[in-house]
Amino acid sequence: MKILDHAERADIFNEDEKRVDWHDETLWWIRQKRDKSAHQIPEWENLRNAASAIKSNTLSNLHDYLLEFEKNALKNGIIIHWAVDAKEHNEIVHRLLKEKGINKMVKSKSMLTEECHLNEYLEQNGIEVIDSDLGERIVQLAKEPPSHIVLPCIHKKKEEIGELFHEHLGTPKGNADPQTLTEAARVHLRDTFLTRRAALTGVNFAVAETGEIVICTNEGNADMGAHLADIHIACMGIEKIIPKREHLSVFLRLLARSATGQPITTYSSHFAKPRDGKELHIILVDNGRTRQLGREEFRNSLKCIRCGACMNTCPVYRRSGGHSYHNAISGPIGAILAPNLDMKQYADLPFASTLCGSCSNVCPVKIDIHDQLYKWRQVLVKEGYATTAKEIAMKTMATTLSSPTLYKIAGKAARTTLKYAPLIINNKFNAWYLQREMPKVPKSSFGEWYKINRKNNE
Amino acid sequence: MKVALFIPCYVDQFYPQVAIATLELLENLGIDVTYPSSQTCCGQPMANSGFEHLTGGCNSLFVKNFSGFDYIVAPSGSCVLHIREHLHDENEPELAKHIAATTYELTSFLTDILKVDVLKSSFPHKVGMHQSCHGQRGLKLSQMTELNAPDFSKPGQLLNLVKDIELVELDRKDECCGFGGTFCVAEETVSVKMGKDRVKDHAKHHVEYITGVDLSCLMHMEGILNRQQSPIKIIHIAEILNGVKA
Repeated sequence: MKILDHAERADIFNEDEKRVDWHDETLWWIRQKRDKSAHQIPEWENLRNAASAIKSNTLSNLHDYLLEFEKNALKNGIIIHWAVDAKEHNEIVHRLLKEKGINKMVKSKSMLTEECHLNEYLEQNGIEVIDSDLGERIVQLAKEPPSHIVLPCIHKKKEEIGELFHEHLGTPKGNADPQTLTEAARVHLRDTFLTRRAALTGVNFAVAETGEIVICTNEGNADMGAHLADIHIACMGIEKIIPKREHLSVFLRLLARSATGQPITTYSSHFAKPRDGKELHIILVDNGRTRQLGREEFRNSLKCIRCGACMNTCPVYRRSGGHSYHNAISGPIGAILAPNLDMKQYADLPFASTLCGSCSNVCPVKIDIHDQLYKWRQVLVKEGYATTAKEIAMKTMATTLSSPTLYKIAGKAARTTLKYAPLIINNKFNAWYLQREMPKVPKSSFGEWYKINRKNNE
Repeated sequence: MKVALFIPCYVDQFYPQVAIATLELLENLGIDVTYPSSQTCCGQPMANSGFEHLTGGCNSLFVKNFSGFDYIVAPSGSCVLHIREHLHDENEPELAKHIAATTYELTSFLTDILKVDVLKSSFPHKVGMHQSCHGQRGLKLSQMTELNAPDFSKPGQLLNLVKDIELVELDRKDECCGFGGTFCVAEETVSVKMGKDRVKDHAKHHVEYITGVDLSCLMHMEGILNRQQSPIKIIHIAEILNGVKA
């Protein structure tokens, strides 16, 4: 089966223009909330610089910080696991559950497990996973992946959520009142929390100095899950390390403001050791991160703290939807992370951008996202992932533009054709012409005009 | 001061009046301007498509055409950004570097080098300013709404010198129009949707003209406006500053 590329998926998303407008305006509203909140902090740009510098230091010394973290975490009584890839990560989770005879698990706040496709894996192995965060739960009920890393169901209207809840949770048909729906989800999840013996969460920051992890949430489900279960499994990419606890004072100020415009998330929970008689496991996952670390031009992508600001600001994302990126992490940051995982499968993503640069400007850790998109394009073409048609077109263009004579002939030919035989250009095979008129043809090119009107300068 | 005029290929072919306005504007400011007639293109169309390795010919040609000048000036932010960031020549590395550093987008050349503070032109119309991303975010011609930093605008500063012009404030001051080079055909749907939304913002504020420093964005929006049979016209900032009667 052919995998649809970004442009094809965007076409489908754009079949309903009103919906695109709604999606665009919803996310733009969040971008504006972010602006308002960021602009209230006079030292905002300095905070971004500091965060970026701390992450540079972390990435340059990742090996040491990881070992320091492991040492301190072990001292605290945490059990540490290392996973080289998604497969090993999933197997570790499965083994831990199997050893305890657990077949139901509650999950919160983890994009890494989306990246590793943990839910599917566990389901195939007879383990039921319930996503406890409201947005995650909604897409889980809809059997869809999240379309946004912070706002997983941002593509769904409240009426659609009402329908889903009616079908799965028995809410009254046609009821789309957010208060009622949230309450229904709450009741349904309360039972889940009380009966699950295992809870899996993500990690926002892992502090090397103390061996503790920090999880930032608004709903408090990570806390609820972790506090009620016998075993808490926290999964993190190895780039989630920060050297010292004091560095949280930079990152916690940036994270929620960048994500939603809140000063801080409702909960910033520190997990430093297991409670008495309970277990706390942390799985440190590579899954291509060391490979990205080795790619000098792309290593800064590992600074990402998963705030989603680049998605909210991206004019393409807002009009193509998160699913158009066909990757767990969508939007501009997803487009520079995904090709590292699989160049062939994600070769389209770095081209799904106008390189406008807004993403780099909102990024709280100053990742040069749009420059990396440009660089990925060069890499992907060199690795042979451009279509033959595109390659031929580009070669022809390069030859023409390298020769002043050929350029003049081609320019004149194009203008003449457009003037006297416009149908050769203005037809349905010309993507420009589908919804746009071609420019009007002038009497002469500027070069021709100059030759006549500025004779002395020739 | 010897200045070379660098006219982007599509401007040369389809918008000669903008090149003429740029030339006249500089000449009227007393600048010795030359148009090297063997120029073609900066190479950006290939580079942004991932084929930067095919731009060697364009680069050498650019270096050959534009050496020996104090400044190179172009009525485009995008092409200038490409030259600034990517021009290189294995045979003439230092020269290429020098050329890249002395290549200016028109409005920033007027504000930063010539320090223009008087203009004779008048443009009694309601105008919306489109911030092209490469000019704004790339060359930092104007402050960007994402940043917590003082406001400024080089093109805006110049437009404010034009008599009787009425500049409108847009809902989204600096959102991309969706042109994006080959993006405009490779991602036709999203590109057009972005363009339609941009145009709508200008229309909502009852502009007669949309102006900007980059014709590529304006050409894209013009295509949409003309298809919609909208009365709104596009005009390059050089034409307004030069005092072309609209």
